[in-house]
This record gives sequence, structure tokens and C-alpha cells, in this order.
Amino acid sequence: MSYRSSVEILTEWDIVAARQLGRNEAKEVGFGTVDQARITTAISELARNIYLYAGKGKIEIERISEGGKYGITIIASDEGPGIPDVRKVMEDGFSTSGGLGAGMPGVKRLMDTFKIDTVVGEGTVIKATKWIR
Amino acid sequence: MNLRIPILKLNDCLIVSIQWELDDQTALQFQEDLLTKLHETSARGVVIDLTPIDFIDSFIAKVLGDVISMSGLMGAKVVITGIQPAVAITLIELGIRLEDVMTALDLENGLEKLQRELEA
Repeated sequence: MSYRSSVEILTEWDIVAARQLGRNEAKEVGFGTVDQARITTAISELARNIYLYAGKGKIEIERISEGGKYGITIIASDEGPGIPDVRKVMEDGFSTSGGLGAGMPGVKRLMDTFKIDTVVGEGTVIKATKWIR
Repeated sequence: MNLRIPILKLNDCLIVSIQWELDDQTALQFQEDLLTKLHETSARGVVIDLTPIDFIDSFIAKVLGDVISMSGLMGAKVVITGIQPAVAITLIELGIRLEDVMTALDLENGLEKLQRELEA
């Protein structure tokens, strides 16, 4: 059983709460300052996407371990409109919100693994993992 | 919750030290406050010090980039100082390039750079 904590994203303030939770978790798991910044930034981007596109959703932070390695998985889930063209949102520079948000390619670069599950009309689940090197 | 970021005046420069993590509202309020202060004081330069800041996301980067452009429209030059290594790394990985932005290692260097720019 892995340890998981979460923040509901309903307002702008919840974006701050989510990244504070992420930063604390990253620190406790043992990430260095640069990886703490990567994780905090990734959470901020994912939480903002939920707030902007879905209106509400959830950020969960899971502590993970595998073969002596430790890490963190961010799970960003919402029941928003979903993403019609995933390939397009993974292109650098693509944004439907008028230039706000560095978008998914940026988050992918900050993390080690990145996976989007999305169904139009049902919602989106993004899982992104970072391992301690 | 709405804390305002203090803006200090030194000769013809404004000095801002951002001391805590910026939420969206505080960042936008700062944008407005800085431009108002520029207008009131006729300052020609601004140094924004980010030394205590341990991460910058795309929203805060956009607000900062915008306020630099807006200050430029009003005839003032802006220098950003004190960007931590972790912040520099994550900004570039995120794909954010604050191009054409004057930067310096710390406040002291930033003020010197600004003075040179203003005299030039």
C-alpha cells in the first residue's frame, strides 16, 4: 500500500495548496532542491490546467518505491471536457488559453514518465512520475 | 490573504524584493502596483529580486514577462536578479525563455547594471 495525499482543485488558491503539498512530499521523500522545484512546477501547471479547462478536479501525490528506488507520482484527474487531440497538446507552443501555461510538453520534460488518459466528454487523468536519482 | 509586495524607491529606481511564493492574485496586483508606482514616481529603472523564490511556474513567468514589457512601454528598464539554479533549470525545461530580459546575479550587480543602462 503506497502513501497518497490529495488536494481538490476548485479555486486558484487550491493551486497554491497543491504545489505546497507537492513540495513538502518531495522534500520528505528525499528529493534535492532542483527536483523539488521540478515537481512543484509540474504540479502547478497540472493544477492550473484543471482549474482553467475542467473547472474542478483533483491532484493526488503518491509516494512510490520499486526495487530500492523511491519516487513520487502526481495524478491529476478531472471530469472536464477531455482532450480531443492529445498529439496536438503535446506539441510545444500549443495552447488554447491564449498563451497561458507552458503546456504538457513542459511538464513531460520536468518529470521522468508522463501518461495522459483522456476521453472526450468524460475527463482526463494525467500521471507523471519522478524518481530519485 | 491579499498581501501586497512592497515597492521601494531609491533615487530614480524602484526596488522590489519578492519574499514569498506568489499566488495568482498577488502576482496580478503586483503588476498593477508597479506600473502605478512608476507613473507616480517617474522612476526610470526597476530591479526585481527573486532570491527567496524556489520555483516559478508558467503563470508567474508570464506575469513577470508582461510587467517587464509594460514597464518598457512606460519608458522604464527592468532587471531581474537572484534567480536560483533550480528556478533557472525548471524554467528552461518547462520551455519558458525570458528573452531580452536583463538579469543579474544579485541585487548589487542588478543595480549597477541598471545604472549603466540608464546612463548609456
